[in-house]
Amino acid sequence: MSETIPPARKLPKLEPGSAFFWTSGADGVLRIQRCSSCGTWQHPPFPRCSSCGSEAVAPAPVSGKGRIASYTINHERWLPGLQVPFVFAVVELAEQSELYVFTNLLAPVEAARLGMPVTVAFEQHEDVWLPMFRPDETGGVA
Amino acid sequence: MTLHPEKLTCITSAAQSEVGRPSSRTALQLTADACLAAIADAGLEVSDIDGIACYPGKSAEGGGIAPVSPSEAAAVLGIDPNWTLASAEGFSHMAPIFNAITAIACGLARHVVVFRSVAQATARMASRSSTLMSGSRNRVEGNNAWTVPFNALSPINTFALYAQAYFEKYGANEEQLGMIAVNNRRNAAHNENAVYRKPLSLDDYLASRVISTPLRLLDCDSHIDGSTAIVVSHRDAAKDLKNPPLHIESMGMAVGGLWVGRYEGDFTSMPAAHKAGEMLWSRTDLKPADMDCAQIYDGFSIHVWMWMEALGLVPRGEACRFVEGGKRIALDGELPLNTGGGQLSAGRFHGYGHIHEATVQLWHRGGGRQVEDAKTCIISNGGYGYGAMILRRD
Repeated sequence: MSETIPPARKLPKLEPGSAFFWTSGADGVLRIQRCSSCGTWQHPPFPRCSSCGSEAVAPAPVSGKGRIASYTINHERWLPGLQVPFVFAVVELAEQSELYVFTNLLAPVEAARLGMPVTVAFEQHEDVWLPMFRPDETGGVA
Repeated sequence: MTLHPEKLTCITSAAQSEVGRPSSRTALQLTADACLAAIADAGLEVSDIDGIACYPGKSAEGGGIAPVSPSEAAAVLGIDPNWTLASAEGFSHMAPIFNAITAIACGLARHVVVFRSVAQATARMASRSSTLMSGSRNRVEGNNAWTVPFNALSPINTFALYAQAYFEKYGANEEQLGMIAVNNRRNAAHNENAVYRKPLSLDDYLASRVISTPLRLLDCDSHIDGSTAIVVSHRDAAKDLKNPPLHIESMGMAVGGLWVGRYEGDFTSMPAAHKAGEMLWSRTDLKPADMDCAQIYDGFSIHVWMWMEALGLVPRGEACRFVEGGKRIALDGELPLNTGGGQLSAGRFHGYGHIHEATVQLWHRGGGRQVEDAKTCIISNGGYGYGAMILRRD
């Protein structure tokens, strides 16, 4: 049994610029900040587009699909009650090159691979919907 | 030709306090020990010092990472500075040195003492919890909010992502990475101030426990109590001092990527560190092959590979093979590396141990770890912000 959902978590504070990211999963859709002037996605969110400088940046829905850009299997029990091992990963979202989000992989730790297609699966804690990712059985993105 | 400000300055002394896990002395006492020793080592009096700076200053963080401010150190030492700076932002932990160079070049000071003090071993005695989880706040904010909710409770988890991606892209392996720890320990045996000096074999490394794949306990640096101080002087004020001046041949710096929580590249390099490396070499006629030794930042072992490549000491993807077997990075090898034991064996001074060791080598104080006739040394510093220097003696 190596399903990888550690119980103890310190949740993110819902701050003005980034609360949308943490609550986006309430309707099952992941959202990332996008510039409506030039179309660039950026994460973490900023008050202006880092590509064109426009302040017309706003959350926009994404497919929730991507691939594992890298991962690590954490074995250290940093806190009492922390369930190990678990996979901490960085996912490159399908929408744009080098558009990265950090996550845990919801799969046996042995399954983690670089390049693995994954899809978002939200996990609600209080008023936060953490975007976890699981293997994309449909084969995912190219 | 442009006159770069670092060419007007040099390092005229360096010293360390005792280093403990923990030390019985307070951070302020250790700071005074290191600064007074450095001032004496230069052949200066306290009254000659007109500037004082440190990384990162003092904060209420509580983990011992920022225990002393420059103004309180000045008061304890009896220094009446014309110029002072605490810098937590910017170009790695080297920012106070770069700023001291600029202040000296601008005529604001002649002799600046720059120190780095840590009390992380003492703080660890009080709490063994991850500092990211401690404190009264129930929720995490700022840049840590992007990783801590996924139980990435130590920087090792983030840098393990780099190690894994590097391993896969370049076909590196754990025996190669283990040579960083083994080589450091081999050198630390000759460093009386190193916290770990017992010999370490590659088998010992491979038997050490995995923290976050592919990184092990022995890939991590170690928290300590202690202080390191250097004196940076105007070259005209350095001529008649005790030590041959160490010219600051060039400096390079950059921020980006990790610094703002925005990640660039494919997790096999620190892109901004390459920019720091380009700046470094653009300000000198020296070449990588001219370096007699290298003190390369090793908060985690994987930093060393990424920094060696960022500085052009080896081609991209080749650091793993360069260190393999340990011969080329040994004291009598092509590029003696982390000759004092680095942070893995000598403790986490946030790069100031590396700078101190560069002075040890260039002043030929290394004893059993001395690189024969060392005249040049390249130093790099940082995992989130990036700084590098080349020191040279005549």
